[in-house]
Amino acid sequence: MTGRPQPLVVGAGPAGVRAAEALANAGLRPLVVDEAPACGGQIYRQRLVDDGRSTRDLYGSEAPKAERLHRDFAALARRIDYWPQALVWNLREGMADIALAGVSREVAYDGLILATGASDRVLPVPGWTLPGVFTLGGAQIALKTQGCAIGSRVVFAGSGPLLYLVAWQYMKAGIDVAAVLDATPLMAKYHLLRGLVLAPDIVLRGMRFAAELRLRGVAIHYGIEDLAMEGVTRVEGVRWRQGERERSLACDGIGYGLSLRSETQLADLAGCAFSFNARENAFLPQRDISGRSSVAGVYLAGDGAGIAGADAAELAGERGALALLEDRGLPHALERAADLERRLSRIGRFREVLEAAFPYPGHWAKCVADETLVCRCEEVSAGTLRQSVRDFALDELNRLKAVSRIGMGRCQGRFCGAAAAEILACEIAKSVDAVGHLRAQAPVKPLPLALKPGRARTAAE
Amino acid sequence: MQLFHRIARSEHRPISFTLDGTPCVGREGDTLLTAVLTAGTAVRSSEFSDAPRAGFCQMGACQDCWVTLANGERARACTTPLAAGMEIFTGTGAAA
Repeated sequence: MTGRPQPLVVGAGPAGVRAAEALANAGLRPLVVDEAPACGGQIYRQRLVDDGRSTRDLYGSEAPKAERLHRDFAALARRIDYWPQALVWNLREGMADIALAGVSREVAYDGLILATGASDRVLPVPGWTLPGVFTLGGAQIALKTQGCAIGSRVVFAGSGPLLYLVAWQYMKAGIDVAAVLDATPLMAKYHLLRGLVLAPDIVLRGMRFAAELRLRGVAIHYGIEDLAMEGVTRVEGVRWRQGERERSLACDGIGYGLSLRSETQLADLAGCAFSFNARENAFLPQRDISGRSSVAGVYLAGDGAGIAGADAAELAGERGALALLEDRGLPHALERAADLERRLSRIGRFREVLEAAFPYPGHWAKCVADETLVCRCEEVSAGTLRQSVRDFALDELNRLKAVSRIGMGRCQGRFCGAAAAEILACEIAKSVDAVGHLRAQAPVKPLPLALKPGRARTAAE
Repeated sequence: MQLFHRIARSEHRPISFTLDGTPCVGREGDTLLTAVLTAGTAVRSSEFSDAPRAGFCQMGACQDCWVTLANGERARACTTPLAAGMEIFTGTGAAA
């Protein structure tokens, strides 16, 4: 090897693991940095200790994939460098700032694969900050990795495949599921019939979840509007409207989410060009089918670059690594690359079907009441945002941030950015792609105050 | 009162900690979030409205579950493992 710095892989979920594997198989020694204590990402996240449940209990039908990913990553141990519980908090010109065990290290890299994953996409609704209201992903993590239910009588609300999966998992675990409130109309589900050709197993599994929930007496309500969580010091119930009917239910836990959103902060700091993606209704870093971004040597893979799920993430991770090898002038498997691209295209077509079956209710943000909090961190209300837009004649999201503090809090707009964009666009009668996206800033997540500077590290291969 | 209900690890090794001064017991394998929410209903109160919060995303993204420890350090509850003797302050009286 030439003494060039090692490639850096950010994330050890399905995309990051397969990327690291392909690089290692080609004789490179990547550094894999991941926030979690063990590999798997969120979907194949591992428990802190064994708890007597089987992997089938934890990951359901995806248990073999989870086991394979964990096993394959463990087998890489001597051929890669792996920093778990570490945060890449900044990227500059071939240099990463990484917080690890209370020390910040500068690490030079040559080739960067971002496999940063996703979290739940949400829009603000009244009461969504109440204790007992969690994202769908959060509700699933509590059950899967902590062996805890978020309540004793739980409602699941929102949209997307995760809505039915998590409700079904709670029911299977013996928890009282009070209802499933689907933001999308039943009619939209007929789009899934098109998906039967592209991904029959996934569609049939989803149908089985809904059927089994009904069989066990769980009510499923479609096309709900005006969702509101109620309670004083914790959630005590949920209210919604269905057509003309106002309805409510008592519950002590709510899982809520509207599909997923990509974690794109590091791509932004790496200088990647972004463009509006109509399917995701979000600004995403540009990439081609191989995962190459607009910046030479920076590759994007997995849900962090656009939501496509765990199977696609594994394929895209490997494909991005092959692109890195090719760009370094190293031998790479052309036929394998073409095969991965074909499979990714097929999953992409299925994603179109899923988006049609679970359309994003962007109008929820436009209609949200003035007093509802949009920003959980800084407690900025929808009314404050609308007033700021009018007072300062704003038409761009980062200017709205500067004026109102929206997106300036600890989460950096991860949970308010989508709603703020919808509200701004609505106020100025433009489409949401015309108001821009919140620029990422280092550190991408809060750092401990006591973080010590460490020595620069240039790991040669 | 509590938010979380255990369906696994109920018999794992107990780990003692205090929540707003009240002695509590978590289980081996708990995050701070699990330890606090199986004992109480909030991990902090908002610095703006004082409203109680109990986290949201549980995957280290929303930053809504930061708690204060006795030594003055702050920790993100959903990504920090519980350790014996931790003194956790929520400032909400949630353990009552």
